[in-house]
Amino acid sequence: MCPKKRGTLLLLKKNYFMSQNAITIESLEENLKVLARQRAIYSVLFIGAIIFIVVSGVGVANQYNAGSFTRGVENFFDYPADLFSDAFEAGWGWFGIVLSFIPALFETFSAAVFSTVVGASIALILCPLATINLSPNQVTVQIVRRTFDILRSFPELVFALILLYLMGKSIVPAIIAVTLHTIGAMGKLFSEAIENIDMKPVDGLKSVGARWYQIICFAVYPQVLPLVLSYSLLRLEINVRASTILGFVGAGGIGAYLTASLQWRYGDEVLAIMFLLVATITALDYFSSYVRHKLIGKISA
Amino acid sequence: MSIAVYDREVSFQEIYQSVEKKAYYQKLTTLVSIGAILLYFVFSIIQFDLGSISRKWSPERASRLFLDTYAHKDHVVMNWKDTSKISVNFEGDYRYQYPSFPEWLERIGDGKDIAILTFNSGSKAIFRDDKIIFEQSKSEDRKFIFGIGDNGKPYAEAYDNDGNEKDLPNWIRVTESKVEVRPSLYERIQIYKRKVEVHRYEFGWKYFWFDFFSPLKDYSLPEALSLIFSNERIEPDKTNFELVLSEISDNEQWMHGTVLFSILETLLMAVLGTLLASLLGLPLAFLAAYNITPFKFIRFSLRRLFDMLRGIDMIIWCLIFVRSFGPGLFTGIFAIAFTDTGTLGKLMSEAIENADNKQQEGVKSTGASTILQHRFGIIPQIMPVFISQSLYYLESNTRGAVILGAMGAGGIGLQLLGAIRTGNDFENVGYMAVLIVLLVTVMDQMSAFLRRFLIGIEKN
Repeated sequence: MCPKKRGTLLLLKKNYFMSQNAITIESLEENLKVLARQRAIYSVLFIGAIIFIVVSGVGVANQYNAGSFTRGVENFFDYPADLFSDAFEAGWGWFGIVLSFIPALFETFSAAVFSTVVGASIALILCPLATINLSPNQVTVQIVRRTFDILRSFPELVFALILLYLMGKSIVPAIIAVTLHTIGAMGKLFSEAIENIDMKPVDGLKSVGARWYQIICFAVYPQVLPLVLSYSLLRLEINVRASTILGFVGAGGIGAYLTASLQWRYGDEVLAIMFLLVATITALDYFSSYVRHKLIGKISA
Repeated sequence: MSIAVYDREVSFQEIYQSVEKKAYYQKLTTLVSIGAILLYFVFSIIQFDLGSISRKWSPERASRLFLDTYAHKDHVVMNWKDTSKISVNFEGDYRYQYPSFPEWLERIGDGKDIAILTFNSGSKAIFRDDKIIFEQSKSEDRKFIFGIGDNGKPYAEAYDNDGNEKDLPNWIRVTESKVEVRPSLYERIQIYKRKVEVHRYEFGWKYFWFDFFSPLKDYSLPEALSLIFSNERIEPDKTNFELVLSEISDNEQWMHGTVLFSILETLLMAVLGTLLASLLGLPLAFLAAYNITPFKFIRFSLRRLFDMLRGIDMIIWCLIFVRSFGPGLFTGIFAIAFTDTGTLGKLMSEAIENADNKQQEGVKSTGASTILQHRFGIIPQIMPVFISQSLYYLESNTRGAVILGAMGAGGIGLQLLGAIRTGNDFENVGYMAVLIVLLVTVMDQMSAFLRRFLIGIEKN
């Protein structure tokens, strides 16, 4: 649709210039003025819309929020101050508290690792079926793609809450929910990556009579492996956050301890857990960006 | 036979060997990594006790939950003491008692039978003074008699068509205090010492538009909509249009008004959060870029600020804000805005630093001031990145806002959490889950459309 539109636009411009017979400076200036006026109108409309959304949105939010905005701003530092004073009272013991939460953090972390590995593996196995240039038939392409779409747009929280109801409180529902979401998200990324591969190795293997699975294993996967690893690392970071949140609604791990400490108002414990979470996520962030830079360097080289 | 490689003679034999060795090591690495992953799976299965899934998974609960999401049920209750009274309630709620018998329940005054209930499958439950008889539909032709024995405990007997006694099938469970009969998902009879309770399931969401107490409860939606255009008022003090709207939004069971409002709240949270983040992030990114800001101190402190905003997770911001702003929209808005200011600021400052400085020099050569140089030299270069990143964040924040809602920021997440925790409104859970998926999909499509519209044709 777009190229057609563009064509008509060019045609119009051509006619405009042709009717003038020659491009005069006046006509160009006039054209420029029209364009500038249009731009100004668009900008004003855009800024107006943003201001409207912000003002009315804040108004609505203020109306339905339990506390008011101004009081909230005044009290903003109260809670962090409480947390820090609690931690300060605990003295050196606070570091002991931090250490005591490491097993729970490990549980959440390994749940995230497990669901990333399983989700990425399943997505990697399924995604050749979802790419047009490799799939054995086009019906499977559509089926697998729509499955990915559904898995991706279903928030993990919904899955997890339903599974928690069905299976009781443990970390398994969180793992299943995160895995399903990972399959959807990674499947889409992987199949896009596979669509962009160099088809020459595929043709080469075809020409020597390789079977479909052999083509996938020896011509497709080696090409996308660095990309797959870098996406998986990025996903691991997201999954650590997700499994913490799911722990918060009842799936165990460090999230469960956080809920408990918050409810009992143990400021030192809350701060210890927050510290652990921030440290883990920041460390993962740096680690994954380091590895990804290396991997992507490999791709471009 | 030999060829010259790197200024020295190498035999084909050697090359062949080295290639073979490399291939061998590659194969080994692949096998070892697959083996390591499998080993890790085994370790995790033990660590997380994944074998417990089959033990913990209750198929009965799951099927009931699934059934509840697409079907509704009516409860028919008869007390053994006073068999003249049979109450029929929608979903077993004492407030939703039908004033008269529905068409599938027939009252018979004569002799032994009190009433006959017909299930959808054609099976029948016949209420009597001291027992209840369940007759399976014609294809099965079996008859079951339940009642209270002399010892005061419920009992069950099975007969075939000729009146010979048979063994009980496995869908009848007899315990000390009750007999539970569940021939199919849609039929359920429970016989207690004091009463008998029959559940009759039917497909679909009943009272979806108008609730049990609504004056419009017997109308379907198209009929109700056509009422809007008729002159006769159903309620004298309201126009029909107002009545239909208020009855739909005040629906007691489905809470359309509340649910719609919480969807809007979630959307507002995502939109405002992302908008604030981009409005804050862009100027800060300019201040943090080395080709714009000459002061190292400002750059350094802004970088660390971005790191802090980004590193403290959205959930933790949410917990902090919940304390100061209380549960509500501000919590979600600020949690999103804070996290994404960090991310967008970092991304955009990198984009600004990577911008091509030739454009800026071109603008400079016309004698433009520094501000104009940035306006026309840099902003056009980073605008596409900025818009597409902001739209990506809008997309992911819509999901995030649902989750933040469940953690105390209100909106549809909180409603969903509440509906699941009460444990018996699974039709509402299904309804909200569908709405959430719709919301997320619509936002995905809209941001993709906006990206195409604002930036131009993208790949795909």
